[in-house]
Amino acid sequence: MIKRLPRYIINFILLVFLQVFIFNNIQFSGFINPYIYIIFILLLPFETPKWMLLMLAFLLGLTVDLFTNTIGMHSSATVFMAFLRPYLLKVLAPRDGYEAETLPQLNYYGFSWFLRYAAVLVIAHHLFLFYIEVFSFSNFFFTLLRVILSSIFSIFLIVISQYFFYSKDKRKR
Amino acid sequence: MRNLINFLLRIHFLLLFVLIEVFSIILLINNNNFHKASFVNFSRQVSGRFYLRIADFTKYLSLADENERLVEENARLLNIIESSYKSDEIFFRTVNDTLLNQRYQYTSASVVNNSVNKKHNFLTINKGSLQGIQPEMAVVSNGKIVGVVKGVSKNYATVISLLNLDLKVSAKIKKNGYFGSLSWTGNGFAEANLTEIPLHAEVMPGDTIITSGYSSIYPEGILIGFISDYEEKGGSFYNIKVDLATDFKKINHVQVISNLMQTEKLGLEKETTND
Repeated sequence: MIKRLPRYIINFILLVFLQVFIFNNIQFSGFINPYIYIIFILLLPFETPKWMLLMLAFLLGLTVDLFTNTIGMHSSATVFMAFLRPYLLKVLAPRDGYEAETLPQLNYYGFSWFLRYAAVLVIAHHLFLFYIEVFSFSNFFFTLLRVILSSIFSIFLIVISQYFFYSKDKRKR
Repeated sequence: MRNLINFLLRIHFLLLFVLIEVFSIILLINNNNFHKASFVNFSRQVSGRFYLRIADFTKYLSLADENERLVEENARLLNIIESSYKSDEIFFRTVNDTLLNQRYQYTSASVVNNSVNKKHNFLTINKGSLQGIQPEMAVVSNGKIVGVVKGVSKNYATVISLLNLDLKVSAKIKKNGYFGSLSWTGNGFAEANLTEIPLHAEVMPGDTIITSGYSSIYPEGILIGFISDYEEKGGSFYNIKVDLATDFKKINHVQVISNLMQTEKLGLEKETTND
């Protein structure tokens, strides 16, 4: 786990930059905003201590916030997502639990698992984020629409990225 | 104590999450204007509702003080409102009477007291020495004669009404200028006697009687009334009954005329008659 640390640091910085400089400017029809920096939380190892999950999520969110000048918005959403992750992993676990030395990635556990895993977390994150942004219950359904559409787009991007960056047969399925 | 620590350790994940989340939210609200305003608005509404309920109860405790304060405020306000004030407005209108070269000043006043049913009737007006009223000034109402100022205090003055047996006015017939002395008959409130008009003067009922201007009190031309009847009296003079034009029962606003050359004229006349 420790030898993977430099990679994680690079991951972190890369994702934040990607998000801030590229994906923040993508806005289809004025209300589809993808947020892909959460991949970092998605791909953290299974064994990550829970408190570390929360702290990392907070830091990640705060960093993205700094760039978009919205202190607290992304950090609260990412922490929420990180809180849900352990419970979700328990629910989605294959019959014998997760194998050691594996990561929650598509090439280890397959498309269907990863899709479910990513979808739930991404939707949770986007829900929290968009409603915090509006900070009221007016336009409830409009915000909901934004959440759904942005989530679809984010999930799409995340899954695609899985295919690009990780070779298919790293591990036997 | 140990149970508490054990409990905290058991839910440390949830606890940590709540802490970090709350911290995030606090950051959010403090550092973003929109969220701050939204949150403050919301919290104000909620707390305001509670404060309202509590205030409904506690206001009963301070009713006595509030009452006292309101009573004092009432008294103060009554003192300030317009109807508690006497208007000290002085309107001056200067009339240049070129015929006799006297200058007159008119001051408006309101009648605050009046009598018409005694033998010696007086009026009280609401202007006094502070507003420039002095005894022996003429009092008229819309160009019709009312009386003469008798006594003056700081803010009020008494006026001898024409309906007063003691008042004589120098009057003349408008159309031909024959002058005489006019005074109240003592009966009713609309009739006066004009005497000292010589028999060779042409007199007709309905003729206008006006002030002659020979007294230093009245300017010339103030309307007194109209001739209603006349009879010969004492061989060389008429005794003319005059219908007074002024409605003494209905006087409200009067003008007080100050004759600025009065003292000069009186002084000269006194000198002349003493010689």
